[in-house]
Amino acid sequence: MELSTILDLLANALVAGIMLGGFYAAVSIGISISFGMLDIANISHPAMIMLGSFMAYLLNSHWGLDPLLIMLLIAPLFGLLGMGIYRVYFQLFESREKDPRRGLAFFFGLLFVTDVALILFFGADLRGVETPYVDTVLNVGVVGIPLRLLIPFFIGLLVVTGMHLFLTRTFFGLAVAAVSQEPLGLRLMGVDPVRIKQIAFGLSVATAALGGAALIIIQPVEPALGREYIGRVFAVCVLGGMGSMSGTLYAAILLGVAESLTSTFIGPSWSPAVAFGILLFALAWRPAGLMGRN
Amino acid sequence: MFTSNTRFLIGLLIAGATIFLGVKALAEGYYLLVAYYILQYIVLATAWNILGGYGGYVNFGSACFFAVGGYTTVFFYKLLGLQALKSLDFGGFIITAPFIAYLIIPASVLMGAAVSGLMGLATGYLTLRLRGVFFAISTLALTVVVQTLVLNWSYVGGARGAYVMRPPSVAGFASTSEFVFFAMLLIAMAALAIARNVEHQKLGAGLEAIRDDEDSAECSGVPTLQLKLQATTLSGALMGAAGALFPYFVTFVDPVGAFNLVHTVNSIAMPLIGGMTHWSGPLIGAVLLGGVQQYFGSKNMVTPELSLLFVGVLMMVFVAIAPNGILGLWQRLRGKDVK
Repeated sequence: MELSTILDLLANALVAGIMLGGFYAAVSIGISISFGMLDIANISHPAMIMLGSFMAYLLNSHWGLDPLLIMLLIAPLFGLLGMGIYRVYFQLFESREKDPRRGLAFFFGLLFVTDVALILFFGADLRGVETPYVDTVLNVGVVGIPLRLLIPFFIGLLVVTGMHLFLTRTFFGLAVAAVSQEPLGLRLMGVDPVRIKQIAFGLSVATAALGGAALIIIQPVEPALGREYIGRVFAVCVLGGMGSMSGTLYAAILLGVAESLTSTFIGPSWSPAVAFGILLFALAWRPAGLMGRN
Repeated sequence: MFTSNTRFLIGLLIAGATIFLGVKALAEGYYLLVAYYILQYIVLATAWNILGGYGGYVNFGSACFFAVGGYTTVFFYKLLGLQALKSLDFGGFIITAPFIAYLIIPASVLMGAAVSGLMGLATGYLTLRLRGVFFAISTLALTVVVQTLVLNWSYVGGARGAYVMRPPSVAGFASTSEFVFFAMLLIAMAALAIARNVEHQKLGAGLEAIRDDEDSAECSGVPTLQLKLQATTLSGALMGAAGALFPYFVTFVDPVGAFNLVHTVNSIAMPLIGGMTHWSGPLIGAVLLGGVQQYFGSKNMVTPELSLLFVGVLMMVFVAIAPNGILGLWQRLRGKDVK
C-alpha cells in the first residue's frame, strides 16, 4: 500500500472511530448509571438496547415514523419499564439479603428471556429502518462522514452532556450520586433512597431506548447482536471510572477508535474482540478507570 | 456397615451400570440421544456449581469453556488427519481401527479439559481479585471474544464449522455412539464424585467461607485467591471435558452451536432449580430440566425457542421465590432449615 492510501485510510478510520465512540457512549451511559452509580449489575441492558432497536423498526416500518422521533416517544415507556424492573428487583433481592448471585441470575434471566422473545417475534433476520438520511455521506477532504454515523454520534454527545448537567446541577442528580455511598445521609435529609434509585434506574433503561434507536440507524439489527454489546458497555463503564459521565465519553471514544482501527487494518470480523481486550486490561491493571487516582 | 464414601461409590456405580444397560436394552438411537444430553447437562451443571454454588462466583461462560473443549478436539483431529482413524503406528507397535477410539477419545477429553482448565485459570487470575460481579461480566464477554477468535480461524473451520469423522467401530461396543455415550457417562460420574469430594474437603469448606463472607475468610487465613483459582480451573476443566466429547457425538461443530448461550443458561438454571449447596442439586436440576427440554423438543411439541423461554422464566421464578432450589423446598417441607 502507498503511504498516501494508508494515511487516507487512517484519517477515515479515526473519524469513523470517534463517531462510533459517541454512539458507544449513548449505549453505555445506562450501565454507567445503573452499575457505576447505583451498584446494580444490569447485564440485561444490551437486551434492552435491542428491544429499543426493534421498537424503532416496528414503528418505522408500520407508520413510517423517523427513528429520531421514535426514540423520544419510546424513551418514557422504557423509563417506566425500568422503574418496574427496579421495583421487582428491590422487593425480591435488594431489600432481602446480600447474595449477589441471585441478582445476577435475575438480570441474566431477563437478558435471556428478552433475547428469546425477540427471536420468537422477529425471527433471526436482519431488520433495518428507512430514513431519507441513512445513505447520505458528507465529504470533507479525503474523509467521508456518513450521516448514519454522525447522527448517533450527536445523540451520544447530547445524552452524555444532558446527563452530566442533570447529575451535577440538580438536587435530584446529586442525590443519585450520593445514593450508593450515603443512603443514611439521604434519609436524614428527608429523601427516600429507594425512590431515588428507582427513578435513576428508570433513567438508565430510558437511555437504552435512545441507544437502540441510534443502533438501528447505524446498521440493520438482529436479536443476537446484543451480545456483542455486553463486552462493550461494561468495558466503557469500567474504563470510564464506574459512573463518571465524562469518563464514559472518553472511554467510549477510545473503544470506538480502537475498534475502527482494528476493523480497517486487521479486519472487521476482529472488532468484537477489542472491547474484551480493553475490559480485561481495565479490570486487571486499571480497575479504577482511565482517570482514577490509584 | 459401610462408610458414607463407600456407599456413595457403590450407589454411583450401580446407577451408572443401570443407565448404561438400560439405554443399551432399549436399543434405540432416540434414548441414547436423550440420555447423552442429560448426562452432558449433569456435567455442565455440576461443574458450574463447584465455583458458583460453593464459592458464590457466577460464571456466565459455560458455553465458552464447553466450546473450547470441543474445538480442542477439532484442532487435534485436523492435526492428526484422517489416516489416524485407520491405524496408528507407535514405532512398530500398531493400534488397529477397532481400538483407536480407546486412545484418541480419552486423549481428546484430557486435552479439552486441560485447555479449558487453563483458560479458567487465566481468566480467574486476571479478574478474581476484584468483586465477583467483575468475574461474571468478564466470563460473559469472554464468550464473545473466543467465538470471534474461532470464527476467524479457518484451520478449525471458521464460521462454516467442521466435520469430525469418528472411528467407524469400537471393539466391545455396538456402535461408536454407544462408546461416546459410555465415555460421557464416566465423565458425569467423575464430575459428581469430584463435586462431592470438594464439598467434604478443605477446598469446599474454604469456598463456603468465601461465599458467606470473603473478607472475614481472608482475615481468618483462608487463602481465598488460591481456592477460587482451584475451583475455576476444576470447573472449567470439567466443562471442557464434556465439550471435547461433543464433536465425537454429533460429528459436526460450528461456532453458533458450540458457543450457544443455551449451554450457559442451562448450566446456571439447573443448579439454581435443583439447589446449590449440595452435589445432588445440579443433578436433580439437570435431570428434570434436561428431561423436560429433551422430551418436548424431540416430540416437536414446542419450538426450541419456546422451550428456552420456559427455562429462562423458570430460572427467574426459582431465583425469586425458592433461592435454595428443590432441595431447599424439600428440606423446608421436612421442617429442616437450610443455611
